[in-house]
Amino acid sequence: MNRLRHILPFALFAVAIVAAQLCMRVTETEYYLTQLTMSLYYAIVVMGLCLLMGHAGQVSLGHGAFFAIGGYTSAVLTTHDFTRISSAVWPGWLEPAHLFVAKQDLYGGQTMTVSPWAAFLVAMVATFLVACLIGYPALRLRGHYLAMATLGFGLIVNKLVLASAIAGAADGINGVPEWTLGFGLVVSGKSTARVQNYYIACGLVLLLLLLLRNLVRSRVGRALAAIHDREIAANAMGIDTAAYKLKTFVLSAMLAATAGVFFTHYTGGIGPSEAGALKSVRYVALAAAGGMGSLWGVTGISTALNYFSLRGWFGSYDNAVFGVILILIISLAPAGPLQPLGHWLRRLLSRLFQGGRRPHGAA
Amino acid sequence: MDHGNLALQYFLSGITKGSIYAVVAIGFNLIYSATGVLNFAQGEFVMLGGMVAVTLAHFAPLPAAVTGAVVTVALAGCLLEVLFFRRLRHHSVLHLIIITIGLSIVIQEAALHLWDEKVRSLPYFTGNEVSSIRFFGAAISPQVLWVLGTVAVTVVLLHVFLRYTLPGRAMRACSSNPEAAMLVGINIPNMRTLSFGLSAALGALAGCVISPITMTHYEMGAPLAIKGFAAAILGGLGNPMAAVLGGLLVGVLESFSVSRLPAAYNDAAAFVVLLLVLFVRPHGLFGSPTGESVREH
Repeated sequence: MNRLRHILPFALFAVAIVAAQLCMRVTETEYYLTQLTMSLYYAIVVMGLCLLMGHAGQVSLGHGAFFAIGGYTSAVLTTHDFTRISSAVWPGWLEPAHLFVAKQDLYGGQTMTVSPWAAFLVAMVATFLVACLIGYPALRLRGHYLAMATLGFGLIVNKLVLASAIAGAADGINGVPEWTLGFGLVVSGKSTARVQNYYIACGLVLLLLLLLRNLVRSRVGRALAAIHDREIAANAMGIDTAAYKLKTFVLSAMLAATAGVFFTHYTGGIGPSEAGALKSVRYVALAAAGGMGSLWGVTGISTALNYFSLRGWFGSYDNAVFGVILILIISLAPAGPLQPLGHWLRRLLSRLFQGGRRPHGAA
Repeated sequence: MDHGNLALQYFLSGITKGSIYAVVAIGFNLIYSATGVLNFAQGEFVMLGGMVAVTLAHFAPLPAAVTGAVVTVALAGCLLEVLFFRRLRHHSVLHLIIITIGLSIVIQEAALHLWDEKVRSLPYFTGNEVSSIRFFGAAISPQVLWVLGTVAVTVVLLHVFLRYTLPGRAMRACSSNPEAAMLVGINIPNMRTLSFGLSAALGALAGCVISPITMTHYEMGAPLAIKGFAAAILGGLGNPMAAVLGGLLVGVLESFSVSRLPAAYNDAAAFVVLLLVLFVRPHGLFGSPTGESVREH
């Protein structure tokens, strides 16, 4: 019974995913899946923030920057021509490792670019290093000072991207190749691969949700909860608060970068606005609207809201509607919309089975 | 123009921008002290002040338009507090901050639809675009003197208000110990409303005096809020006078970085310095480490 309760949300989510796709197939609106896929990738960033803010209690207004670091690293590596470097530095016996991919460009010339998998690994390592570098001093700061430091970091990354020619300055990078994951799976924006990519994104989200849920329910999660509630008390109990905070920060940064890499391969490009302060603030706002610590609420709300704005449902009022929804959710349901919904469902159920069964205890 | 004069010119432009950041940072501090909330809609007050004044200036003489704008925006600030923060005071600080972000988005969009996306400005208070005063070899617009003068007078008046008048001292009492303030009969919710009104009024005044120089645009609020926040943090939260120094410092850094670095890096330099300062002094230049952890919970 207990195990069933743990599996139930995942099963429901999987059913909802398939149902959404089938509905769109029946109504011949499968092109909606494109935006849904993009918003699922954005949701991964917010999931990372959920871990950092909701569980460890640390604010980061710089996660757009990590998304951009991931996306830009892989975009630069997979589009830039490395012919000279690859033949000069890499000896021939490294060829079977598939670090580089040879391609013909538009004019028939031979170009060498880094293979997407290698680029992904480089992006992860780069994010890891940057996150450690910025997180180590920043996490000594508290509350609003930490928020400012991460916001400043995000702005600096944004300016660096805008000012460097290799990142395409204000234009960003286009023409990022597709990413062959293996097992016949390809991350690409082609319309023929739309359904497949939707399921890739869903699979990734499900996998990360499972991992994060297990992390939160482990010893690490309890340590984070202690830090969240009272850092000084947690420290006194023997929890290495500094190490836990840094690890959580790095992990959530790497989640954001992963989302960035997938997103870049999926849309075939990335622009400097991804690193903007507005994006970072938006991620934090979505995490807050989803209930901060509730992984399901955060994933659901951020997917839904991002999807609506990517589809342009509210037209020129998009930002205004986002602001109003944000204010409404946070003032009416500060613990996220799922909790009141759950209460309401439980009340409804207990009314339906009145007298027949005692209602369950606290979930 | 020789090197020294050029430096003076950059310095003057830096403290002009910086004084506006300082006013925004003071607004952050006033509200933070009274409620513990960082109000990211602070930049929108500046934008609204400019917008309302420009509109009023069509019907009324300039001083009346500026006064009208300041009063209107101050009332709007009070209204926000009464409508949202008074009702939601049991929410956590982070939730309230997110609400201010939401409000800032909504106010910005409302301004877009109420006015339009055009850039507008008030007329120069004295002289016009081309009039300038020589100052040790640097040329300054008379409007710069208006900005600096207004900000200086406002800061002095605010200091006097907070230190020597009964309402001002009541406000400070609220921020240093809310329970004790309540026990001696201070109406804390009203003090919070007052802090919102006061920082909205300050923001609106800044929006009016800067309007002839930087123009008024519906999108100007968010960047100002970020810079003002940076200034408040640099000075140390909870100290309005340190915020003035923080603001001037951010402005001067920004304007000198334009002279040394490529224009694309203009904001980056100020933030790099800010990060370095924070890593060395985690509570800002003049902030004190005490009190912070109490307010967090």
